[in-house]
Amino acid sequence: MITETQESYQADERGYYGDFGGAFIPEMLYPNVEELRSQYVQIMQEPSFQKEFKALLKEYVGRPTPLYYAKRFSKKYNTKVYLKREDLCHTGAHKVNNTIGQILMAQRLGKTRIIAETGAGQHGVATATVCALMGLECIVYMGAIDIKRQAPNVARMKMLGATVRPAMSGSRTLKDATNEAIRDWINNPVDTHYIIGSVVGPHPYPDMVARFQSVISAETKKQLLEVEGRENPDYVVACVGGGSNAAGLFYHYLDQPDVGIIAVEAAGKGIHTGESAATSALGHEGIIHGSKTLLMQTPDGQITEPYSISAGLDYPGVGPMHANLFRTGRGEFISVTDDDAMQAGLELSKLEGIIPAIETSHALAIFETRKFKPDDVVVINLSGRGDKDLNTYIEYFGL
Amino acid sequence: MNRIQQKLQEDKKLLSLYFTAGYPNINDTMSILQQLQDSGVDMVEVGLPFSDPLADGPTIQESSTAALKNGMTTQLLFDQLKDVRKTIDIPLIVMGYFNPMLQYGVEKFCAKCQEIGIDGIIMPDLPLAEYEAEYKSIFEKYGLINVFLITPQTSDDRIQQIDAASNGFIYMVSSASTTGSQSGFGNTQSEYFERIANMDLNNPQIVGFGISNSDTFQAATAFAKGAIIGSAFIKHLTAHGADSVKAFVKTIR
Repeated sequence: MITETQESYQADERGYYGDFGGAFIPEMLYPNVEELRSQYVQIMQEPSFQKEFKALLKEYVGRPTPLYYAKRFSKKYNTKVYLKREDLCHTGAHKVNNTIGQILMAQRLGKTRIIAETGAGQHGVATATVCALMGLECIVYMGAIDIKRQAPNVARMKMLGATVRPAMSGSRTLKDATNEAIRDWINNPVDTHYIIGSVVGPHPYPDMVARFQSVISAETKKQLLEVEGRENPDYVVACVGGGSNAAGLFYHYLDQPDVGIIAVEAAGKGIHTGESAATSALGHEGIIHGSKTLLMQTPDGQITEPYSISAGLDYPGVGPMHANLFRTGRGEFISVTDDDAMQAGLELSKLEGIIPAIETSHALAIFETRKFKPDDVVVINLSGRGDKDLNTYIEYFGL
Repeated sequence: MNRIQQKLQEDKKLLSLYFTAGYPNINDTMSILQQLQDSGVDMVEVGLPFSDPLADGPTIQESSTAALKNGMTTQLLFDQLKDVRKTIDIPLIVMGYFNPMLQYGVEKFCAKCQEIGIDGIIMPDLPLAEYEAEYKSIFEKYGLINVFLITPQTSDDRIQQIDAASNGFIYMVSSASTTGSQSGFGNTQSEYFERIANMDLNNPQIVGFGISNSDTFQAATAFAKGAIIGSAFIKHLTAHGADSVKAFVKTIR
């Protein structure tokens, strides 16, 4: 499942995807990041690691997740749509694929204390879950504003034994929680592993997280072969905040030119309203959290606060893999507003009996405007379930 | 010879102070610099504020946020400093994060520094490998000294590499921490300072992080060439205002 590849849309040895990536970190982080960088590929390839990783994905997470042919949804849009059901993973989203991988990595590096950042709380819950599973201390940084907005996930993390620390600096949301986690790592350089939740941060994180999430496309290939007689769909579609679920679905298709890649970003209230998270449209090349990528910033280089109704998509940057897919034109980038995403979430619920996370609803919304041929096979990553978003759905639709 | 290199040759322990440009008030930059020079401070790090200063503790984070709110920008700082060399002759270093420099344009930024009379740059998140691959030639073209950091966790091999890439001083971070997060030094720090002193590096070391008063200044400079104070100075400015620089320097030496 985890393979070494030298192909062009993957990271190179220095962690660059074209112009993007690298490790722009203060010297205080160098020993930790270097330790990880020099060992991650080798550790991941060890048979004992693979065995344990695969067993946990199967028995604990519930993999493989189904590839489900969405019959009524397909009929409405006159094309063939498959849903990769990451919403059925334990904890309700794809996030746990990565945290399982990273907790095993942390154990092999001899780390005893785990830190993480979280925005909506999904990655925090997935991290707290694996720490409970392994009996490791877990500290999750979360913006003070997000703590208020996402009370049920805060409670879940607490039940799982994690300490949730509010990030009080800056705008007190995801980017500030990430800053606080990085500061914690600077202050605890020996015993601590930082589980980053997306394909962002300094090399080797984007590549390591993508490899852990690549199980999504590895399974998709096998499953599609069974039902369609071919491994490659015509299109893969996923929502992108930092971009981990997209990286997982795109991974084994990156260098397959017959597969179209569609990344869907959150336009918020509209790209030009000042309340948006559409990084490819609004971002410029810069450095955020140790990575050179596209990010939303002022002309003076100060990082700005994005907006989306979906807490999982309001990150001001995007993973360097996706920045490269955008710049090279390998990926088609579409942005979807809050309103269109909410309608698409409601539509999938009614057509297929699946209530998606609002992040995922963005990917579903493109079918109103982006037309496909009747015999096109389109795989959408159904990255998470909508339970966590019920309050937002209730408020929005007056349910 | 660059002003930093000249200063390092003086037979004394150097006191260097950091302040965030645009804090406490937007137009304090020149006044603070003048007071620092008049108080006998040897060198100054002028902080270019950044929205996401991830190597800094709460004090410098808050001063940066306030400075940005006051309207500080890269261009404004350069404008404020345009006549600085008419009155200030101590070495000046711009310290900040790499993204604002990248947006301004690395070459344009360096050219502007040279024009103004800035002597060096400290960008904690511009690491050695990236600097050498992409930017070293530009810094050198404009006569700027780039200062690298080392920490107690930096390996001897890497310290040697950093020493080889440096042409001024090495910024020796006193402990594994963000800025402003400790008070006082223990045996661990003393051993670390001594270990580095015994490595016989080409570049002198100046200690930063955790220096807040006369005692910590003395301890830091027992083995090193000098020390940098940041958070403690910012706290003083917050409490006593922008005209109180001399009183702070007196508490150090």
